[in-house]
Amino acid sequence: MADEVILLDFWPSPFGMRVRIALAEKGIKYEYKEEDLRNKSPLLLQMNPVHKKIPVLIHNGKPIAESLIAVQYIDEVWNDKSPLLPSDPYQRSQARFWADFVDKKMYEVGRNLWTKKGEEQEAAKKEFIEAIKLLEQELGDKTYFGGDKLGFVDVALIPFYTWFKGYETFGNINVEKESPKFIAWAKRCIQIESVSKSLPDQDKVYDFIVQIRKRIGIE
Amino acid sequence: MADEVILLDFWPSPFGMRIRIALAEKGIKYEYKDEDLKNKSPLLLQMNPVHKQIPVLVHNGKPIAESLIAVQYIDEVWNDKSPLLPSDSYGRAHARFWADYVDKKIHEVGLKLWRTNRGEEQEAGKKEFIEVLKLLEQELGDKPYFGGDKLGYVDIAFIPFYTWFKAYETFGNLNIEKECPKILSWAKRCIKIESVSKSLPDQDKVYDFIVEMRKNLGIE
Repeated sequence: MADEVILLDFWPSPFGMRVRIALAEKGIKYEYKEEDLRNKSPLLLQMNPVHKKIPVLIHNGKPIAESLIAVQYIDEVWNDKSPLLPSDPYQRSQARFWADFVDKKMYEVGRNLWTKKGEEQEAAKKEFIEAIKLLEQELGDKTYFGGDKLGFVDVALIPFYTWFKGYETFGNINVEKESPKFIAWAKRCIQIESVSKSLPDQDKVYDFIVQIRKRIGIE
Repeated sequence: MADEVILLDFWPSPFGMRIRIALAEKGIKYEYKDEDLKNKSPLLLQMNPVHKQIPVLVHNGKPIAESLIAVQYIDEVWNDKSPLLPSDSYGRAHARFWADYVDKKIHEVGLKLWRTNRGEEQEAGKKEFIEVLKLLEQELGDKPYFGGDKLGYVDIAFIPFYTWFKAYETFGNLNIEKECPKILSWAKRCIKIESVSKSLPDQDKVYDFIVEMRKNLGIE
């Protein structure tokens, strides 16, 4: 019986992008369903009644919510190719730690860069750069966080690169200047097909951010 | 070569308690080090330089931070007894989802109950806390434990917060047994298990600790 895989998603969501990349890495055919977050589908509300959020992966009718949980699920079920997590338990725990760090730092802090002003924005700037530098340090001389190949932390982090034009413009920062190694890593990732075909264009995301700022009334 | 296992912890931390329970379930001998969070040890700062927080599990000199990550690590390394996560992938995803739910909701919302003064924020916190418990109650259903017949990952993620219930109830002005009796009976079932009871501090001790904290923070 063929697998039925559906992804409930929203095109600019970095969390959705993670699941897209994982599915692409494993060569899994799936149906992509774009949600209107101001008019959520009955399917979304049924599949994620607890949080009512995207992304939700649906595998043969069974939902898996929370992007990192879905990526781990994909890695475990389709374990015949492109392993995303290391096989060694300690390495796995470290990959989970850094993906969790990305979860804690990138979205919220990044969001403050393009929604806040004044002191709050300055604090967000500082925190964002600190987070990038810590990640740069963790990357070290490796090609990817996963070593020679794309791994769990790369998948967790690379989607936020599509938001960088927004972060830099409204947050008044220059990530390449602060951390050239980080940008070099990002550019390496987007050369990988499973990544490039899963991520929207930075300019498209930027326009989306401009739209939201207008809508929530930020100058 | 014998394993060297150290746990850097702080006795009232529900996150630390999770790791204590997991280690006890697996019968792992370890050295418990209580940290003074106002004067963190060089070992803690070295082992968790990113967050500088407890708990940190140190296994043969290698640190694992973040309680749920440490519990999963323990389950994977000491995989000969007492499995904490289900063996099937969907079951595992489901368990991770609910542990993540506990992580997102219980501690944060609980803070609104005891770390704020009476007023709107606390009232909103009360309402949200009960909603969260009711959802967990629904997820538990008729099972003795979230893990089914035996203590599992979600039970371990959640039961430590039971030691904070007296504080949540007193300062948040709510009655958890009345609102969510099934959660209370689940909790009482859990604390009968030796690995749980010997890992958790007394509710009264935790309550006194929170009274002190509120004094220090100047909360009426």
